[in-house]
Amino acid sequence: MAATAKPIQSIHAQEAEDDLRENLLFDPRPRSEINSMVMESMQTAGWKFWAVTTFVALFVLVALFGVWIYLILNGMGVTGTDRPIYWGVFLSNTVFWIGISHTGAFVAALLRVIKTNFHHAITRVAEFMAVFGIIQTGLSVFFHLGRVWRSYWLIPFPNERGLWPDFHSPLSWDFMAITTYMIVSGLYLILPLIPDLAMLRDHSTGWRKNLYRILALGFRGTEDEWKHLRAAIKIFSFAMIPIMVSVTTVVSWDFAMATRPGWSSTVFGPFFVVGAFHSGVAALVALLALIRITMKNMKYFIRPETFDSLGKLMLIISMAWAYLYFNDYIVPWYGGTSLDRLLLKFHETGPFAPMFYLMLTFNAVIPWALLWNKKIRRSPWVMFIIGLLIVIGMWFERFLIVPGSLTISANPFTWRIYQISWVEVSLTLGTVAFFALLYLLASRFLPFISPWEVQEGQESHTIRKVGKAGLPSASDID
Amino acid sequence: MTTKTKIPEVAVSQSTTDQGKWGMVIDQDICTGCQACVAACAMENNVSFVGEDDIAYGRGMHWIRIERFWKGDYPKVASSYQPMLCQQCGHAPCEPVCPVYAAVHSASEDLNLQVYNRCVGTRYCANNCPYQVRTFNWRDYARPEPLSNQLNPDVTVRQRGVMEKCTFCIQRINAVEDKAASENRQINDGEMLPACAQACPADAITFGRIDDPNSKVSQKARDGRGFMALEELGTLPRITYLKGGSLHGSNG
Repeated sequence: MAATAKPIQSIHAQEAEDDLRENLLFDPRPRSEINSMVMESMQTAGWKFWAVTTFVALFVLVALFGVWIYLILNGMGVTGTDRPIYWGVFLSNTVFWIGISHTGAFVAALLRVIKTNFHHAITRVAEFMAVFGIIQTGLSVFFHLGRVWRSYWLIPFPNERGLWPDFHSPLSWDFMAITTYMIVSGLYLILPLIPDLAMLRDHSTGWRKNLYRILALGFRGTEDEWKHLRAAIKIFSFAMIPIMVSVTTVVSWDFAMATRPGWSSTVFGPFFVVGAFHSGVAALVALLALIRITMKNMKYFIRPETFDSLGKLMLIISMAWAYLYFNDYIVPWYGGTSLDRLLLKFHETGPFAPMFYLMLTFNAVIPWALLWNKKIRRSPWVMFIIGLLIVIGMWFERFLIVPGSLTISANPFTWRIYQISWVEVSLTLGTVAFFALLYLLASRFLPFISPWEVQEGQESHTIRKVGKAGLPSASDID
Repeated sequence: MTTKTKIPEVAVSQSTTDQGKWGMVIDQDICTGCQACVAACAMENNVSFVGEDDIAYGRGMHWIRIERFWKGDYPKVASSYQPMLCQQCGHAPCEPVCPVYAAVHSASEDLNLQVYNRCVGTRYCANNCPYQVRTFNWRDYARPEPLSNQLNPDVTVRQRGVMEKCTFCIQRINAVEDKAASENRQINDGEMLPACAQACPADAITFGRIDDPNSKVSQKARDGRGFMALEELGTLPRITYLKGGSLHGSNG
């Protein structure tokens, strides 16, 4: 009997080590196998995939581009916007997609900078989210403009009108913020992609080889090229964090600088940053779960352990979001004008109450109730549903901020409730479908997993024995 | 032999010293809410007729509207009217938010103007206007046959997707200024009348120079009943309302 009994400490150490063994980094496979797994995931697709892609593409064509042309030809009258709700769901979609997009590159950069042991396989999906999300942001802004064919007037360029954009206007800042982010997130996607494209070029044939030859920019993998690439990725990773924070804050100023009750708030900067983070990490988790379930070989790369780590992150962000939302609520309640308080009453018991309470449930109650549980955090399906609910909850939050706050203004004669029109619904769903379509198409041409990063992580991480406990250790490469 | 023709130098100068501030006084005590100003303004400024559906939705494009407020419960109910139009703010919230300089402050007339050709339709100005007096061209509205003949040639028509608003009938201000300049005299008090003031049967609207302390509009503005709409926002409106209601007689 004495021989089978183990000290308690040793059992825990063993469990912890077993957990570590489940991590992708401590379950290494040869590089050639990882390469072929990634390539197989890109090149095998059944008729179901193409059926879904065709359907989504047709939906985008009709519900996004078709309806947009209809909107341009008929004017903004086909939307539900009206005095005093001049900014409708297009602008709340813009903020929503900015949040999703900004988090994409931010979370990839943040996880690279703090050297987590779970980011190696998920950064690519996050970077795609940044680029595909910012495209939807730009589209939503264009939907909103009354004369979209004149939208280039927002660009500062020497022109025959002799006019620069007015740099007093938060919209000018916003335009520059979105453009900056579009460029930076595009570069941040491309940089770590180059070695993978070179790998694909070396391992594929036919038209794919030609495509990757162009995209890989002649990367051969010499010591010098790696040195420069690593330096560039490092610079971008560190730069990305302040860029995301500042750009999201600038977006929040569109609202915070205005005179409307419910908007002119000094907490909007951090509030929007954390809100963006909340929606973005939730969207990332949902995307990863979908990719793990639908794509081949992804069960090796995207593991329950990944969801476990992201789930903890979600829980913390959810708490931070709740704190800032509470702050954004209590300050107008305590010190706001009568209009601010009326707006809060609209949220509590008025026409927005169902959306308000659903939002609180999705964004705070559900994550808090479920995400403390390790089993839940480790099951991809449940995490997919939680992620999706948070994304929907954050969409509600943006909706309540933009057309919701506009319901009332300083002039009570004009108050009215916003009625969303079918055009706005169609274009909203259209951006979601376009986002999905870009992912579907990208999954055929570009790797969703970065083999070189995975390999690097696996080579640099080992489990070192300290006494009886196994501890993860990372070398300097990572 | 070629002779070089010297290009004459043209100096564009804009004097702001002799130009005055235009202002308005609206007496709520004698306003009957008849909406003659609304009709006159629409005629003068080529304001679109939006049709039954859109006006029911709330998309009327009138640059001036009569805001009617009810007080008390039926049957002891009193109404009060407040004509609401662009206040030509001295410190306008709509101006700095426009990214393309479509909402600007004119130096010569010291008015708050909208440059239709520059507008791209972000609608930020209208959101930021506390008076909600900017109107947006939600669609291209048709002008059926007889209406197409009544367009005022002095005022441009606006395309769908641009913002517009009251200009204090700037075309009339310019005409009066030109006439006075050609006759080499100052503008007389009461010579310039915007369409709304001209049409008002009760003479509730007074228009004139508020930088001249002896003008009718300045004298009325100094009346004890004067207040400015949403004065606490610090927008420095150019319109003074004269309080009506029970203390000063009834307008219901």
